[in-house]
Amino acid sequence: MTSKISRRVFLKGSFTAAGSVVVSSSVVEAVSSLAKEEIESLVTIIDISKCIGCGECVIACRESNAVKYPQPEKPFPKMFPERVPIQDWSDKKDVTNRLTPYNWLFIQPAFVMVNGEKQEFTIPRRCMHCENPPCVKLCPWGAAKQEPNGLSRIDADLCMGGSKCKKVCPWDVPQRQTGVGLYLDILPALAGNGVMYKCDRCYQKLAKGQTPACIENCPEDVQIIGPRSKMIEHAHLLAGQINGYVYGETENGGTNTIYVSPVPFDQLIFETGKGKPPMKRVDDMMADGNNLARAMLIAPIAGAVAAFSKFYKRIKEDD
Amino acid sequence: MPIFKRYYIADIPGLGWLGKFYVTHAMHYIFAIILIAFCVYLVLDFALSKKKISGITVSGFVKACIILGLMVSGALMVIKNLPGVYFSYTMIYVMNLSHLGLCMALLAVSFYTLVTKRGWVK
Repeated sequence: MTSKISRRVFLKGSFTAAGSVVVSSSVVEAVSSLAKEEIESLVTIIDISKCIGCGECVIACRESNAVKYPQPEKPFPKMFPERVPIQDWSDKKDVTNRLTPYNWLFIQPAFVMVNGEKQEFTIPRRCMHCENPPCVKLCPWGAAKQEPNGLSRIDADLCMGGSKCKKVCPWDVPQRQTGVGLYLDILPALAGNGVMYKCDRCYQKLAKGQTPACIENCPEDVQIIGPRSKMIEHAHLLAGQINGYVYGETENGGTNTIYVSPVPFDQLIFETGKGKPPMKRVDDMMADGNNLARAMLIAPIAGAVAAFSKFYKRIKEDD
Repeated sequence: MPIFKRYYIADIPGLGWLGKFYVTHAMHYIFAIILIAFCVYLVLDFALSKKKISGITVSGFVKACIILGLMVSGALMVIKNLPGVYFSYTMIYVMNLSHLGLCMALLAVSFYTLVTKRGWVK
């Protein structure tokens, strides 16, 4: 019986064997994913020409994720210094016209003027689930994680509420609730300020092979979900059919949410601000870091070259 | 770290970049490149030189181990930050805490050796 070992299997086997000796299996999984395994992100397409703004997705999201919502303890511990903001949404749980710790998806009304005529749209907005999410990569506490299916989520048990994820997010998506989380057990007056919340794409449903609540409950089939390669192709097909435009495919280096619109996104007029993300063009925010990471491979070579050059010079001088 | 803004450190003239997270990210990587190149140079230069020493001091050994730990945990975090790389929650948390802890330990040991005037080698 002959056995053939493919490159992928070989790489996987090599990484696994090395990892079992040297490091944890987690590192092996991560490094082997560099070998471009078959894992493909799930992408959602949101066709805004279909959305009627009924809000069923918002209701479904709130019902599906209610168990994850913050239950802060009051009164909140006094925080130092005075300028640390208290962000409390626990008395405003019913707010649905923006992102909050209790509302991870909202309908953003927009309009565009075409030949003097006003066309109105309603756009479901939530986390874009970036391909290389800055919120996950730059969390100083390690409280955020990306899963191989492309979703990113914040662990409410680990998050300290520093809000760095929101500041590095091009759309300012994560929202903070004070008075909840790990910081209460450490130094509540001096460090931390609650927990950051955002759409986690109903990871508990995806894990069971189910569809996220917002997609499942939309009466107009505004959203569809599927493997990235197929969805990108489908998004362009849809856009082609309506002579339209896509948003999210290349933003921030690529996201796992792609909007399709019959009008250019930069012509859409809507209210932006706190909890109301824009739809601007976004460069790859992690690009500089990734380029420097590649340059890091040269660092040991540069050090070695310098040392050997000095050694060679000394040998020549001795001769 | 958000704590720099909270405690007005990023408000000190010249330190505003501490509150700009993409700048601190790039700075972190640039200093890591310099550290790795410098460490490789020092180790190889020492190995290739004819310098004779009677041994490394305890504090020097501790500092070398901490720096090695910082480079290993840092390298893993750089890998984690690349697109398409997925670590478990536990691994991410351990990497972050160990890198932070080792950095604090290096500061403490370096301060100790500076005050007590202890060198790297005997």
